[in-house]
Formats: sequence, structure tokens, C-alpha cells
Amino acid sequence: MTDELPRSPLAGVTFAAPFVRELPFLAMVDLRAASFPHPLPGPNRVGSVEGRDVLWLGPDEWLVVGPPGDAPAIETLLRQGIGDGHGSVVDVSANRTTLSVAGPHARDVLAKGCSIDLHPSVFAPGHCAQTLLARAQVILRQVDAEPTYHVLVRGSFAPYLAEWLADATREFG
Amino acid sequence: MRLPAGGRIDRNAPLTFSVDGVTHTGYRGDTLASAMLAHGVLAGPSIHFGRPRGIVAAGVEEPNALVQVGPEPMLPATTVELTDGLDARTLAGRGRLVAPNDGYYDKTHAHCDVLVVGGGRAGLAAAVEAGRSGARVVLADEQPELGGSLLSAPDTWEWLDTVVAELASFPETRVLTRATVFGYYDHNYLSIAQRRPGGGRLWHVRAGRVVLATGAHERPLVFAGNDRPGVMLAGAVRTYLNRYAVRPGQRAVVCTTNDSAYATALDLLESGAEVLVADVRPEPPALAGVVASAGGSVRSGTVVAGTDGTPRVASVLLRGPDGRTETVHCDLVAVSGGWNPVVHLHSQAGGTLRYDESLAAFVPDASRQACVSVGSANGELDPVHALWTVPAEDGAWDTHFVDPQRDATVADVLRATGAGMRSAEHVKRYTTIGTAHDQGKTGGVATLGVLAEALGAGTPGPTTFRPPYTPVPFALLAGRDRGALHDPARVTPIHSWHVARGAQFENVGQWRRPWYYPLPGETMTEAVLRECRAAREGVGVQDASTLGKIELVGPDAGEFLNRMYTNAFAKLPVGTARYGMMCTADGMVFDDGVVLRLARDRYLATTTTGNAAAVLDHFEEWLQTEWPDLRVYCTSVTEQWATIAVVGPLSGRVVGALGAELPPSFMSFVDTTVRGVPARIARISFSGELAYEVNVAGWHGLAVWEAVMAAGEEFGITPYGTETMHVLRAEKGYPIVGQDTDGTVTPLDLGMDWIVSKRKSFVGRRSLRRPDTARPDRKQLVGLLPVDPDALLPEGAQLVAPGTPLDPPVPMIGHVTSSYRSAALGRTFALALLRSGRDRLGQVVHAPLSDRTIEATVTEPVFYDPEGTRRDG
Repeated sequence: MTDELPRSPLAGVTFAAPFVRELPFLAMVDLRAASFPHPLPGPNRVGSVEGRDVLWLGPDEWLVVGPPGDAPAIETLLRQGIGDGHGSVVDVSANRTTLSVAGPHARDVLAKGCSIDLHPSVFAPGHCAQTLLARAQVILRQVDAEPTYHVLVRGSFAPYLAEWLADATREFG
Repeated sequence: MRLPAGGRIDRNAPLTFSVDGVTHTGYRGDTLASAMLAHGVLAGPSIHFGRPRGIVAAGVEEPNALVQVGPEPMLPATTVELTDGLDARTLAGRGRLVAPNDGYYDKTHAHCDVLVVGGGRAGLAAAVEAGRSGARVVLADEQPELGGSLLSAPDTWEWLDTVVAELASFPETRVLTRATVFGYYDHNYLSIAQRRPGGGRLWHVRAGRVVLATGAHERPLVFAGNDRPGVMLAGAVRTYLNRYAVRPGQRAVVCTTNDSAYATALDLLESGAEVLVADVRPEPPALAGVVASAGGSVRSGTVVAGTDGTPRVASVLLRGPDGRTETVHCDLVAVSGGWNPVVHLHSQAGGTLRYDESLAAFVPDASRQACVSVGSANGELDPVHALWTVPAEDGAWDTHFVDPQRDATVADVLRATGAGMRSAEHVKRYTTIGTAHDQGKTGGVATLGVLAEALGAGTPGPTTFRPPYTPVPFALLAGRDRGALHDPARVTPIHSWHVARGAQFENVGQWRRPWYYPLPGETMTEAVLRECRAAREGVGVQDASTLGKIELVGPDAGEFLNRMYTNAFAKLPVGTARYGMMCTADGMVFDDGVVLRLARDRYLATTTTGNAAAVLDHFEEWLQTEWPDLRVYCTSVTEQWATIAVVGPLSGRVVGALGAELPPSFMSFVDTTVRGVPARIARISFSGELAYEVNVAGWHGLAVWEAVMAAGEEFGITPYGTETMHVLRAEKGYPIVGQDTDGTVTPLDLGMDWIVSKRKSFVGRRSLRRPDTARPDRKQLVGLLPVDPDALLPEGAQLVAPGTPLDPPVPMIGHVTSSYRSAALGRTFALALLRSGRDRLGQVVHAPLSDRTIEATVTEPVFYDPEGTRRDG
């Protein structure tokens, strides 16, 4: 139990646009494995293992995302899955924070900085991609059809990206 | 003059504007050009000769009427929408960029199945057809409203309204107006510049297929005095009449090589003007009778051979088929030399062009990308009677303008061919024809025709087009990538504390790192000396979170590190750390850092701040391409951890006061907690002093930093920045990769033979065995002590042997890589790469500067505590 409250990279930042918000402290564990007993999602897709979201990052790499504080449980789960096989489980929860961009303007906002086609016929709930948003590397995933997108960005880039989003959302009030 | 009725202007919305300080009124729906024409306002004079010029065209091809509006220079008045209060200045061919352009410019991306370029008849038909299929369509048109040339033809407006309404009903069709497609690149990637209130938007578009419905530009005729105000393109005259209800003249001579100008003649007659058509073709077309019955007259086989009038045209000289001339009074000359399909984008996309004899113009031939040209852009135009030049009565060619924007005439082309030039490219560079703002939109093909005629070459030679189609403001290309958004400033979790403390920052790659923390009134030198003293004598603290961190997991991690680093890691005991150096395959120093062994199959490697991504790439490249058999995975954890370096003889007491377990010895670490936060504390020193690195999850970084500051308060803990870090390590002779090395320096050059294993193989080992890397006269890292202890050598200063003449070329023997004032030494000192440096220990070298020469003694590169007694406190 810690007696210090964690502080997110965007602590103190308020978003003028109501459809942008930070989801801080999500548990994120990087999984590398050549084989795994549970089915894991294929390229640029999001799957799930034991209620946690699993984002495909590479041919043998996934990011497992859970609620805040869930990292130790995820690590245990993944290590059990790897068993005696060769794999790597690394807690990277504090590596990135998550921004939620949702609603009717979400696509137009993201299109300003992202060259990926986000049309529903191309990029849908359950899809993810590693791409650039403006000048920051991000993991982008669509969560639902509203549409809601999650943007996972490294903490050091988060203030820049927040400033960029504040600018990009200006026309949408 | 403005006609009493008609046009697409909103007569209920009068607008006030000014040109060169004179106020006029126009209407919503006007362009600046139509409003100027309504009041008889001329364009600015020509660029070189100062000849009076008028408005010639009605679109982007306008060669004369350039204006400055606000910060934007060189806008064709024909493309400027009239707005209330618009303040324009006419230009003599050239404007001035006013900086900064504070308009709001941004960028966006779009994807579609079909991009239709041009919203005229052909483009609308294509877009509607594609839209009906449910395809994702983008229709881009440069005008404020769709219609293209239909906007000049009132009898089509009902159809236009129907089509525009249908387009608006398609959910997957996006219509962009005021949007100029200016670049067509590989893989059907196109750029669109869209004008928006107070700025603009740059669209990056990926299209499955592209339909080029870009229309055609009319060509002028090349006769003496063809630049006199009142000489206009016939199609433009029709546009001004029908779209803007502006009649540019009352007595018109229409001179044409084709049928298209007859529509202008008829519309002029209907508006009440007098019209004489001079048709260069020997036989009158069927339309001649229509013009005659509407009250005009038509002369076949007749050309305009000259103009007169000051400043406007007051008469033309007509020359008939029998060679006889006649002066005809007029105030408007509407000319049509034929039409050039707008093939720019087709050509930009790699498509080839073909000269069409019947049009006397270039038309699209083969496409290289998934695009098709339609309508006028594809050459669906009236045939013309090719006429490139009309000789003057006196035989002169120096007022036959082919590029009015460059004041270039047929005489200039003839001068070029007379000088022996044959290639259009050479003639272009010699005459500057086609290099102006309009890039030869009206004059280009005419010039090629004149050239072909001059060379007796038959048909005009080929041409190609490059982006942009029309000029694009730099401010648009910059978009929002300016100011704070120009480049991401990466900051650590502790950044806000540094800012509040008044730190000065240094850019290290994209990172903002505290450079030093001046107290009020303190200079940088004073601040750094104070910070250094604190770290050497008491306790200092530095935010080292930016160091790159890579976790390596797997049973072969130790073996992999053995191969990557010059020294060995496989047998490093768990719970301990070791400094390591890495070379690239050429044996040159690539990066350095400390590696911790977390568990039997788990290591944590730290990298320099600037090389974090490069080292991970380097690891992955060797793993994936050379040793896929090694069972090891690399994961970047740079930002997982905030790293706080607590440095100095009192550092143990500060870290101890945090209630954490302390690592037992130098180069060991423990996993413990600080204030209940999981922490990894390591005994690592980059200063030579007793030092602890406290690592906690990034989101605890600020709280733990504040806890360290509170615990250190009674010991006078002093935050220090990168400058002090550099001084402290230089005093110990620790090189910084990228500052004291430059990719040509081996570990041996640094005097670090001890770190190069002789028992194992590693990347770069073979290169280190080359004779060249064993040369005794390589540049080697040495220390320098200026003879004057207060003289500070500039970093980068070149070094020469004493007595070297300073007449170039000066034989240089090395350069200064690091140079500082040292609080511990009470003097200045430096590190240098010096040829045969270790053989020169004790010798004096000279650093000749522009105003003086600094003498320095060559020393070992370790200045402080060479025995290393201080690292244990």
C-alpha cells in the first residue's frame, strides 16, 4: 500500500472539449511470446484474456490493458500462461497514459493528425494501430461505435499531445 | 460597368472595399477582379517596363492583376473573394511576404474511393455518378461555388442546382469548395489547399481513383500591343458578363481562332454592346450568321494586328485576308487563341501528354496512376485554327507579349533562338518565360508555339508540370506545426517542479532537461559552480529520468549482452550493476550505460538520453537479422521509471532518511520502497562521488522527488542540471558519447582499453583489430589545462602544435570536445581529442582563436580523485 497518490502526466490539465478526457493509471503489461495458451489477437486487432483487453503490437508482442492497479494480477496471469516457455512479461503501466476521444467529432479531430483511414468500413471497434498522432507516436484503438477512441501515448509526449488536442478541438467547442 | 440585372452576385449584400486606398463598392459573390472591372480599376503596372495592364482572365490563370491583401502577397485578384472592408494593393508583378502570417492554418487527412478534381460540368457528372453508387467521394473545386464554366452560362443554372442538391444528399460524398488540388504524388496521394475564413486548411488525400475534371484555360493571341488594358480573354469576358453582371466594354472587337468566342459575342450583343468579330479562319462558321442576326458583324480571315490607346485600348488595327488594314475604335478586345486543357495534375502524376493538332494544345495521353481525365481537361473542345503569332505592320516583335507577367515578348524568344537555343527548357531559363506566379498558364503553350514557329519545327515541343498547381502559402504548409506545436517537448514527470524552481532548460533531442537552476541574480557560471560544489561537498540531486531504459528478458539475455557490449555481462551477479560500452560494427563507440541484472534471466540496460530509440533499434536489428536463435526479448521501459540521482558525500544520509533499504556496495542495487512506493535504488555514480539512483514508477516521480528534497533540506540539498552533470563527469574524465565522441572514436582512443574484452566476441571486435585502429597517431582523449587557469577553451576549438604558422591550410592536430570551469579544481579545464594524444602528455598545445591564442598543457583526462576514493563517501 502506498501512501503517495500517483500523479498522471496530465494532472492539472483540463480539456476544453468535453469529448476529450484522460483515463490515467490504466494497467499495461507488455507481453512477448512465441506461443501462448489463450488465443491472442492478430495484426491490428484487440482481443481479450481473462477480461483484460489485449492489443496486438507486433508478430510476437501484445499490450495487455486492465483497470488501474491490475498490473500485478496481469503479470501473474501472463507468467502462468507462458509457463516454462520462452516469453517476456514487463509492467509498462507508467510508460503511457490514455486519452479518450469520443463522439461525433472524434474522427474529424483525429484526422487532423492521423493519416490512417478511420472510416467505419475500414477501422472499427476492436481495431488498433500504432501510428502517429500529430508528431507523437501513439497506439490508437477504437473502443465502440459511438465512436470512442483511446489514444495511448508516452507520458513525456502527453503534455504536447494534450496541447495539440486542445488546438485541434477548438473548432468543435 | 455593372449591368442593372443578372449575374450570381447578391445585390442585397453590397460590400465596401478599397484598392490602393480608393474605396469602391461591390456585392457578395464578386471577386475582387469583377468588382475592380465594374469600376474600371486597372491592375498594377508591368514588372519591368511599367506598362499599364488590365485584368485579362477570370480565374487562377490571370497573368496581370496581382494584389497584396494583408500578409498575403501576389494573389490574383481573380481568385480573391470580395469581402466587406477588403483592403487590396495592386502590385507591379511582385509582392512582399509579410511575416508572421497569423492566419489559422491547419491540416487534415481524408480517404476516398473517388476524388473528383473540378466541379464543372464533367466533374459534377462524375461525382454524381460515383455518389449514386454509394462510393466514398470527395469533390474538390477551387471556386466558392460549384459549377466551373457553367457559372458563366445562365441557361445551365437550373441543372446545376439540381446536381448540387443531389450531391449534398449523399452521406459519403464530401464537397470541398475554395479547395485547390495543387499536388498529385505517387500512390494517388494528393494535396488540397482550401481557403477558409481567416486562414486555410491543407488536405492530405488518399484516393482509390482520381477523376481529373480540371477544365481548360483559354490562350491569348500574340499581336502587337496585346497587353494593353482592355484586351481580355473572350471566355473571361463572358464570365464577367454572366456570372458577375459586369460588362468590361461597350464597343467590343472579338478576335478568335475557334467557335467558342461566338458565345461571348452573342452575350455581349445581348447586353447591349456593339460587337465586331474578327475570325482568323478564312471561312465563316455557321455561328457567324447568328451573330449577324443579333446585330453584330463578322469578318473572316481577319486578325487584330495591333492596338492603340493610352492607357486603355481605344482602337485596333484589323488586317483582312487581302492584307489591307483598317482601324476600328473599340474599348474591349476579347481574344481566343484556343484552349489549353488543364493537364497539370495529370502530368504531375506521371502521365504523358500528346500534342493535338486540331486543338493546337497538349492533351492527356497515358496515365501512370489510377486516374482519368474527363471533359475539357481531356481535350473535349472546339477545334481551332492554330495561330501563334500575328506580325505587326512595322515588323517589330517587342510588344508581342507571350508572358506579360515577366514582360517577355516574341522578341525575347527570337533572341534566345538567335543565341542558338533549341530546347524549351533553355529558352525558359534565358527569357524567364513561364517562371512567374502563373507558371505560364496562359502563355506557356503560346510560347512553345512561337518557339516551334521560330525554329521551323512544325509542332510545339513537349512540356511537363510540377507541383504546386497554384502558389501555396508557407503558412498553410506549416499548419499548426508552429510555436509550441512545432516539435513535441518531451518532459519528465518532475518537469513542473523544475519550472517552478526557475530552471533554465536545455534541449536534448526532444527532451527538455533542466540545464541549471540559477538563484536570483546568479549567472550561469555562478550557478554551475555552486551546484558542482554542492555535489562534491554536500549533496546534489538531478532528474535523470530521460535516460533510456531497456528491459531484456530471456535465458539468453546475458549472452546477447555479451555480444552487444565490449565488456561481459553473462556472469554479472544478480543484484549488481556494471558500466558497459557498445560499438557499432565498425568498432566505433556507439553508446554507453549501466546494466543491472534484475534476475537470472532479466537485465535492465540504460542508454544515453539521446540514443534510447537507436539502441533499442540496434538490439532488435542484431536479434532479428543475425541471432534469431537467441531467446531474449527487449522492451523499452524508459518512461516506466522516473530516475532521481542523489549525489554527494551526504547522499547516503538523505536516501537513508527516506526510510528505504540501501544497496550494500558500489554498483549494487536493491528493490525496496520509498514512502510506500516500490523503488529500485542503485549505487551508481556518474560524478565520482557517493551517489544513489532512486527509480520509481513515473507517476510517483514528482512525489518521491519532493520527498528527497524534504529529506535533504537539512543537508542543503541542491538540485543540479545537465551542465553541472557534465562538469562533474568531465572532472573524472568520463566521456559523453556524442560530445567527446563523434562516430570515429574507438574505446581504445578513449583510453578505455580495460572495457574491451579480449576473451569474448562482440559487435565491432573485428574492426578493432584493423591496423588503422591501432595506429599510434589516432586522435586520443586527453585532458587540457589552460596555462592561464582562468582561460576557458571554446568547445570545438581546433588545436595546433606550438610554432605552427597560421596561414591556411593550418595543420590541425585535434579539437576541444568539452570545456568547463571547475569548482573543485579552482580553474578551467577541458577534454580534447588529440592526435597521438597520449604521447603528448606534458606538452603544450595551442588553440588559435580569432582574437587570441590559448595555450594549454596536455594531461591525463582524469582531473579529480584519480584513485576513486570518493565514490564510497
